Order: sequence, then structure tokens, then C-alpha cells
Amino acid sequence: MTAVDPAHLAAKQREARRAIWFTRINKADAWFSVLGLAWIAPLIKALAGDNPRGQLKDVWRLLGVPLLSIVVFLMLWSTLAPKVVTSLGAIPGPVAVWTEAKGLHHDATVKWEKQAKFDERLEQRNQRLIDAGRASEVKDIAYTGSPTYYGQIWTSIKTVFFGFLIASAIAIPLGIAAGLSPTANAALNPLIQIFKPVSPLAWLPIVTMVVSAVYATNDGLFSKSFLVSAITVTLCSLWPTLINTSLGVASIDRDLISVSRVLKMNTYTKITKLVLPSALPLIFTGLRLSLGVGWMVLIAAEMLAQNPGLGKFVWDEFQNGSSQSLARIIVAVLTIGIIGFLLDRVMFAMQSFFTFSAQR
Amino acid sequence: MKKLVFSLLASTLLSGPALAQMLDLEKDELTFGFIKLTDMAPLAVAYENGYFLDEGLFVTLEAQANWKVLLDGVIGGQLDGAHMLAGQPLAATIGYGTQAHIVTPFSMDLNGNGITVSNEVWAQMKPNIPTDTDGKPQHPISASALKPVVESYQAAGKPFNMGMVFPVSTHNYELRYWLAAGGLNPGFYSPDDTSGQIGADVALSVTPPPQMPATLEAGTINGYSVGEPWNQQAVVKDIGVPVITDYELWKNNPEKVFGITEAFATENPNTTIALTKALIRAAIWLDENDNANRAEAVEILSRPEYVGADQDVIAASMTGTFEYEKGDIRDVPDFNVFFRYNATYPFYSDAVWYLTQMRRWGQISEPRDDAWFDKTARSVYRPDIYLRAARLLVDEGLASEADFPWDSDGYRAPTPAADVIDGIPYDGKAPNAYLDSLPIGLKSDEPANG
Repeated sequence: MTAVDPAHLAAKQREARRAIWFTRINKADAWFSVLGLAWIAPLIKALAGDNPRGQLKDVWRLLGVPLLSIVVFLMLWSTLAPKVVTSLGAIPGPVAVWTEAKGLHHDATVKWEKQAKFDERLEQRNQRLIDAGRASEVKDIAYTGSPTYYGQIWTSIKTVFFGFLIASAIAIPLGIAAGLSPTANAALNPLIQIFKPVSPLAWLPIVTMVVSAVYATNDGLFSKSFLVSAITVTLCSLWPTLINTSLGVASIDRDLISVSRVLKMNTYTKITKLVLPSALPLIFTGLRLSLGVGWMVLIAAEMLAQNPGLGKFVWDEFQNGSSQSLARIIVAVLTIGIIGFLLDRVMFAMQSFFTFSAQR
Repeated sequence: MKKLVFSLLASTLLSGPALAQMLDLEKDELTFGFIKLTDMAPLAVAYENGYFLDEGLFVTLEAQANWKVLLDGVIGGQLDGAHMLAGQPLAATIGYGTQAHIVTPFSMDLNGNGITVSNEVWAQMKPNIPTDTDGKPQHPISASALKPVVESYQAAGKPFNMGMVFPVSTHNYELRYWLAAGGLNPGFYSPDDTSGQIGADVALSVTPPPQMPATLEAGTINGYSVGEPWNQQAVVKDIGVPVITDYELWKNNPEKVFGITEAFATENPNTTIALTKALIRAAIWLDENDNANRAEAVEILSRPEYVGADQDVIAASMTGTFEYEKGDIRDVPDFNVFFRYNATYPFYSDAVWYLTQMRRWGQISEPRDDAWFDKTARSVYRPDIYLRAARLLVDEGLASEADFPWDSDGYRAPTPAADVIDGIPYDGKAPNAYLDSLPIGLKSDEPANG
């Protein structure tokens, strides 16, 4: 009988538990990085006692430095901004912008109350119509007041995703075709080269005219302004996906193609089983770029065409020229930036989820 | 409890004659466009005071980027109607610019504009302006005080640029009127040259209203003609000085109109009457009890979704005063007229005046006889719709019989010479004779050519 040192055994078990614990942390770390929270894992590890000095160095790099740079930015902003005096007063600093952000939230709550009142009135009206025997005239009518700031954000997000989905639905199949067949590639290439650099502001008048002509009734599923913005987004965000997809498909391993020949795969199976999986990382890179482009384009399109959304908010405030306008525009700029960042993260998360690349 | 209060409130608001006499509406969800200017007030008031809802109309108001976008919106059907420059429905109907038959059952206001010059130009003009006994510049200021300044620019080989909001805008014609009355040529249009700068002493170009102060500040233009609050904004921001209001140019001149397409008016006759009723009520509210409601109107207009400028800037003109040079505040009780003096009635003579100005500067390139002016005015201005709406309001007890010109033939009494800055009287029934009486501009038989 070998006497086992109980202390040693306990230590061993502790070691094993720690190992499991760390595996879990490492696994979670992949997801934290996707969400842009890469600093959490080293922090936990440091707390768990794994090389605290090294881990804290990571925490400093992943959390401390970014925070410090934000603080430096805010300090520069608040000292430099008051020095630029425009016709609307000095450029607002961070404090004024924060006050205005709270003001916008307050505006939104006031508007929600108004909307509740409106809905109440509408219900009353409909009830009266029913009582008067005119039930056929009862209608559900959307609130007619001006949208809240949150409403504008939501409109922009819906529009960008709608345009982006149409763009993807067009770009991925075309990209696959161009990647598989040199003939298709030769046909598409000049069009890509010519249309890719076109600015959204040039597309907009054409899209507006075409939508007005084709979508004559304005009481369909979508409003005209929504379609105009979304289609402009489509036209501009098509290209990165298209180019990356064709590149990804074209650079598929030759051996795999040979295997598909040996197995006598039909085209459909070949695309779904071989081409797509191996091209997926590049397709996703294209999609991420497309969504980023789409978001930028959307704001410009909304500003120019006065279509509802964040772009219109910015333009309206520019035109208002009140003493709060500049601060409100800066709130919108920060919102646009943060949402753009979040959209990119969403795409990155989807990429990590669907592909088996080393990036995971 | 809250819900109970709301429903009580709603039922009181909806009870009474409003619904009982509600017209059989062809279309009850409407979108109207407007430009951020104080004279869109009837629209904001009709919305905020619930006059549209009283008529069963569910209206959405949308600010537009500029007059071109707004006009295209109405023609393309994205907008059911809009706050328009009086020249827009006329020009569209006769096919100058975009061709479309647009009509107006409601004139939105009288006066409300001003001409502003930059501080630098003002300093150069000031020596040419006689002063009152108290040392202040004597108003109205003629463009003849600007003439030496423009000549000094010409001598230095620099263009003298001024901004207006749209080629067929009131502001373009008012600025041209003022310049011409002071002996300066604002330039002509022709079918080949639509810049409007043929033979011009002063080069006029288009800038959207809210951008005027910024453009002046940037030095792109030396002055501009625009509606409120963008003249007072220049004073507040200390970048320019309003030299004259349109009230001093032509006392109680017609301004904006509410425009809808002819097709909309034909397809939705009851809706058209209902929206006209709501707008007339709003105009009455804006002027009643000697402008008693103006402070409240200023608060409504200052909200970001309407004009959005600071309250004190909007109040400067809306409450009956006007600040010229900083500190020089004068009473102009009729600066903004929304209902008095039959402001809301769409007079043919107002339309004819705009047509004479299009003819005077060559936008209408060929000579036209007096009958043509009358016919065109009648196809755009629709007092028949206006009077039907007014009759309903009187019957409902919401307006008084005496406030409307029931028996008018659609022409205002001729404007006497004393009411116009250059002392040239205007009679809407004799447009060609009027054209011949203006010293600068195309004569009645003179075609435009570049």
C-alpha cells in the first residue's frame, strides 16, 4: 500500500479544477473578444491567481490604454472645443453634449406621452364611428407626430439592414458565379469596376426617380422614402461582398475541386458542400465591409433626400440653427459611430459563429 | 386614473359638432411638407391645436431640405400638400421649371420677409443713408444707398453677390424689386440662360433659407433676401444687418401659399375642403385678439420638429417688432399677418403680380395678353374651394361671417402708389400696363433673349 499524501491529492484535484476553470475561461475569451470585451478574461485569470503580473499587463493593454485614450480625447475635446466660435456659439464640449443627450431622452418621453394621448383619441374616434353605425370607416392610423430620437435610430437600422439584405442576396450568388466561371468573371468585372466608385449622392436622384415611377402607389408595404434609402444602400454596399465572394470562391483549393470531380458531384452539392464552406470567411469579410459601407451611405442618403432616420435628424438640426443644434448634432455623430461599431461586432460575431477559421 | 383622464379629455375634444359634421373624406392620412420658416405657422398650429384632427384628418408634417425637394415631393406624391412659395404653383402650372398642375385653395400669410446685407456692406452703405432726428438711419432704406457700394465692387472687378431662396420665390422678386427701385439691375432670365444674371449689376443665386446666415458669414454672398427667422438670426449672431422688410417694400404683400396638385383636389374634394378649414382656423387663431396667441405660437415654432431656432429669435419678428441694426428695434405690428386683411383668401390679383414679375425678368419669355394672366391665375388660385371651407366654418360657429370677402371678384383693390417703395401703383386687372410702368425690366411687348 502506498500511502497517498492527502494534501498532495487535494492539491492535484485543485490543480485539475483550476485547469477546467481555465479552459472555460479560454473558451469564453473567444466570445469576449468577439464582443469587444477581450479584457475580461485576463482580469478573471489574474483574480484566479494565474501569473497576475502578466495578466494585468494584458488588462492594461486591453482596457487601460483604450480608457486612457478616451479620457485624453475627452480632455482635448473639452479644452479645444470652446476655442472655435461659430455663428451658433462655441463648439460644445463633452458636458454640453451629455446634457443634450439627456435632453433628447426627455424629448422622447414627452413624445411617448403625446403618442399615448393620440392613440387614446384614435380609439375614441373609432368607438364613436362604431356607435354611429359607420364601422366600415374604422381605421388603425399610425401616430402622426414627429418621431423620437430612438425612433429615428430604429428607422435607420431597419433601413440599413433591409438594403444590406437585398445587396447580399444579389452579391453572393453573383460572386459565386464569378468565382466559379472565368467567363462570368469577365462579364462582371467591368461593371464592378465602373459602378463600385459611384457615390451614393449620385445614385440617389436616379433611385428617387425610378422608385417614384415604378412604385406609384404610396400605400403599399413600404413607404417610398424607405425604399429610396434602402435601394441606395443596396447599390453602394453590393460591391465589397461581390468582390470578396468571387475572390473566396476562386481561391478554393484545387484538390477539393478534383475531389468533387471524382465524386461526380452535381453543381448544387458542389457549391453547398465545398465552395461555400471554404469561401465563407472571405464572404463574411465582404459582408462586414458591405454593412459598414451601407451604414455610411445611409446617413448621407437620408440627409440629402430628407428620408426619416438619423441623417434627417442631423440635417434638421443643422437647419434649425438653435443654440442647442451643434451639441445635438454631436450626439448624433457619436450615436452613428457607436451603432456602426455595434453593427460591425454583430457581423463579426456571426462570422465567428459560422466559420471554422483560426480567427475564432 | 391617467387613462380615465385621457379618455375624458378625448371625448370632450371629439364631442360636439366636429364629428357630427365631419365631411365624408376621400383620404384621411396626409403628409404635408414645409420649409423651416416662421410662415409655416398655420400648419404647425393646425396640427398642435388639433384642428386637423377635428376635421378627421391625420396629418404628418415633414420638414424639407429646400424648395426644390419640396416641390418634387408634391409632384411625385410623397407629399400630399405643402407650404409653398407663391411662385411655385404658378411656375409649375405654366411649365417654368418642372411642369405640373398645382393649385392653391389657401394663401398662408402676408409679409414676413426681409433683405439683409453683411456688416461690411452695411458699413459702406451707412454714409449714403439719411438719418432721423434721433440719429438712427431713416427707413425705408432705398437700394440707391447700395448703388455706390456695388459700383465700388464693379470698379474693383469683384462681383457683388446676393442670395435668394428659389428662382420663382417671392424673395427673388422682392430683392429684384428693391434693387430695381434703387436703380440697380438684378439681371434677366432668358430661355437659353436660366441663371438670371444677363446684364446684372448684382448677381443673384439660390441658397436654401436656413443656410443663408452661414453662407453670408462664409462670404459667398454679400447679402440676401429671405423669410423669418433668418434675418433676425443674422442680427443675433452679429453677422449682418437687415436693411428693409417686405412690409416697407410693398405694404401687405402676398406671401406663401398652400399648394396641392390639381389631381389631388379633383380626386379628394372633401379632403381638400377639410384641410382648408383646418388651416383657416389656425390662421384665425394666430391673429385673434390682436396677436394674443403669438407667444404660444413662438413656443410651438421653436420646437426642433418645426422651425427649431431659439425662441427669442423667432419672437423677434412674430410678436410685432423687428430688430434692424443691433439695438435698433422698431415696431412692425403687421410684420407677420396670417388672417387680417383677408390674408388667407387666394386673390387672383396676387397670382397676377407674381406672373408679372416672371414676365418682367424674362422667366416668361414671350409677350402675353391680359387675358392670359387672368386665365392662368384662375387655373391655379381657387377661391371657390376657400369660400366653401369658410362657409362651413361660419355655419359651425368657428368663424365669423364678416371675416370673409364673399362677393369678391377675386381681385384686390389696386395697390395705391403710397403702399409701394417706388411709388408705382399695381392693378391686377391691367398687368401689361403695369409692366410698362416699371422702369427696369422687360416691357409688355419685349421678348426675353440672352
